[in-house]
Amino acid sequence: MSVFSDVPQAPPVAVFKLTADFREDSHPQKVNLGVGAYRTDDCQPWVLPVVKKVERLIVEDESLNHEYLPILGLPEFRSASSKVALGDDSAAIKDNRVGGVQALGGTGALRIGAEFLRRWYNGVNNTATPVYVSAPTWENHNAVFADAGFKDIRPYHYWDAAKRGLDFTGFQDDLEKAPEHSIFVLHACAHNPTGTDPTQEEWKKIAEIMKRRNLFVFFDSAYQGFASGSLDKDAWAIRFFVSEGFELFVAQSFSKNFGLYNERVGNLTVVAQDSENLTRILSQMEKIVRTTWSNPPSQGARIVSKTLNCPELFAEWYAANVKTMADRVLLMRDQLKSKLQALGTPGTWDHITQQIGMFSFTGLNPKQVEFMIKEKHVYLMASGRINMCGLTSKNIDYVAQSIHDAVTTIQ
Amino acid sequence: HCLQFSSLLLFCFGLCSSWWGGVQMGPPDPILGVTEAFKRDTNPKKMNLGVGAYRDDQGKPFVLSCVRKAEALIASKQLDKEYLPIGGLGEFTKACAQLALGNDSEVLKSSRNITVQTISGTGSLRIGANFLSRFHGGPRDVYLPKPSWGNHTPIFRDAGMQLKAYRYYDPSTCGFDFKGALEDISKIPEQSVILLHACAHNPTGVDPRPEQWKEIADIVKKRNLLVFFDMAYQGFASGDIDRDAWAVRYFIEQGHNIVLSQSFAKNMGLYGERVGGFTVVCKDAEEAKRVESQLKILIRPIYSNPPMNGARIASTILSTPDLRSLWLEEVHGMANRIIKMREQLAAGLKKNGSSHNWQHVIDQIGMFCFTGLKPEQVERIIKEYSVYMTKDGRISMAGVSSGNVGYLAEAIHAVTK
Repeated sequence: MSVFSDVPQAPPVAVFKLTADFREDSHPQKVNLGVGAYRTDDCQPWVLPVVKKVERLIVEDESLNHEYLPILGLPEFRSASSKVALGDDSAAIKDNRVGGVQALGGTGALRIGAEFLRRWYNGVNNTATPVYVSAPTWENHNAVFADAGFKDIRPYHYWDAAKRGLDFTGFQDDLEKAPEHSIFVLHACAHNPTGTDPTQEEWKKIAEIMKRRNLFVFFDSAYQGFASGSLDKDAWAIRFFVSEGFELFVAQSFSKNFGLYNERVGNLTVVAQDSENLTRILSQMEKIVRTTWSNPPSQGARIVSKTLNCPELFAEWYAANVKTMADRVLLMRDQLKSKLQALGTPGTWDHITQQIGMFSFTGLNPKQVEFMIKEKHVYLMASGRINMCGLTSKNIDYVAQSIHDAVTTIQ
Repeated sequence: HCLQFSSLLLFCFGLCSSWWGGVQMGPPDPILGVTEAFKRDTNPKKMNLGVGAYRDDQGKPFVLSCVRKAEALIASKQLDKEYLPIGGLGEFTKACAQLALGNDSEVLKSSRNITVQTISGTGSLRIGANFLSRFHGGPRDVYLPKPSWGNHTPIFRDAGMQLKAYRYYDPSTCGFDFKGALEDISKIPEQSVILLHACAHNPTGVDPRPEQWKEIADIVKKRNLLVFFDMAYQGFASGDIDRDAWAVRYFIEQGHNIVLSQSFAKNMGLYGERVGGFTVVCKDAEEAKRVESQLKILIRPIYSNPPMNGARIASTILSTPDLRSLWLEEVHGMANRIIKMREQLAAGLKKNGSSHNWQHVIDQIGMFCFTGLKPEQVERIIKEYSVYMTKDGRISMAGVSSGNVGYLAEAIHAVTK
């Protein structure tokens, strides 16, 4: 009799199942608009030229070894990462009240932050503190906070399907009604999966309510630079909240903007009220890290750190590589919208160019999505989310036509 | 008016204080403390024996040649950086399981294991602990040997398990308390989890002999316990990967469906790359698939998928014949250097005229040695000789070299005579 006889088969993680199904499909025109990774116009993964350069430097540097990093990670990486988020001239950094915890990707940063909040926020070990995530949100947010111990995870209004934009009234309403001290997970830019971000004016209003109601700000920043092509623009919301005096967390990912998906490079930036608070917070972060992964992996952090801390490499990364990615996505958005309009596809398609970042919420319903996959071999998430990076000059006509057929054939 | 007062308090709290006023300062890490004090010491003869990483005979970190060669090979392949599957690099997990279980393992042939790539040994233990916490229907108690690696307890605790202990180290002999271990294990409630160090017990360096392992396996089976093996030193202990995995393989042969954590930090010197594996030996391939699906559900909300670099290096070494042979030589070399230092230390103590029995220094195995020094003696050796070790008298043999083993023998003799 096995101890594990009763272990049930878990459902596969949807986004990876989609890619698996895509791989098995032999249709010559198949298109994968599922998983969120950048692709070139040849639909190939892209290792950033600056990353190749830096990796060579690392391999050739005989003085480097594979010793353990400190528990909180590579110091040069942590400080450079927080600087990228908060800006070179950040007053908070100058005040020594900003710290970083190197983590395994954005996911790892979110999880460490969530574990800390569950232990130390709003009392000690208060698992009842409500955690609000946007409706919809990245599908893993819920599990990250639930597995960290939070019992009450709730949606806040975000996507308005009817108008295909932000439900700002509903959002504000939820902020006003949330119990004091609730935690809100905010997407810093390029909201996943909708691609719809609040305007600066809307962010200001959100901040005002959150301050008044003592709500905790937890930013998820996975697309800085990747969204608009500008690091500063994509970090505007974060920096605004910091300037308004919030103590907050930012879970940063370098998976997309450095194309370092599989090296798991992330950073949890902690903005505290003062350096004394920061010291105590980081000491407790160490305890959490120690029982999760002891210390973080070296390779990815070295690559990012070398790049961010060297002016020439930074320029190549930012002005050349990041710009290349952001520009290609913007081009695809532009062209998809034009083609749908040219086809006379029913509905409005402005949201495709108004939305920002890797993803677009097309507005296709589940039946239409099923049609896309089964009949057209165009793979997208059941929510109607498409990865713009999956579009290329070679497949965009086919995709536009497929969307047209889906919308006109299926209701 | 009580309500008004507390509202006022809350109001002030919101205005002028931090969320984090109640966050206590975490206790300083005891081992880190040793290194910090070592760094401050100006004595030219100072020795850091707290370090848990291998050092060569010049006291320097050692990057294995097979690792450098593997890295060059990998660089030439110009691979992409796409996400790994949640369970990690397939070539790595296959090679990882083979290394532990042996190429001829019936478990591998029947595909009744699931092996996932983890964030080195810690990550593996944590995934395992989380899995047991969620799915193990038996008692929530995990039985650790007394003593065990310091991080075992908080890992299992944070996963929601409870910790108990079985006797293991005998301070009167600086050896294995075999009788005590069997007695304690025979009383463990059925279906509890028992953690065993596969080889090179940390922190004592004391391992059961094969005949003793056999009796342990027997009583563990009688008590119907779930065995969790922690194998962080395969190859590094005796120099022979098969010998070091003997206990793991024996238990499996005896029908124990174990869970196993592996680390490649020490035996490949890949510390900072975080390379490890977690294996569940299941009843059959069907069960393995179910268990795999649940492990993925556990992993995804921690870090989504594991880092590529170290796993790629390890996998390249294990599956490239030249590199694998080179690795086996190098790991043998590391183990041998440690064994030699043990012999020299014991000889040095004898030469200094010590009347104590230092046989345990030679009998113990792996990176660590439980010297038997008492806390006052440890304090003295740190203060008067600048020889840094943890309070329990544990020394890392990796920090001992032919250049300083003589001094170490003098110092130990001085505080114990």
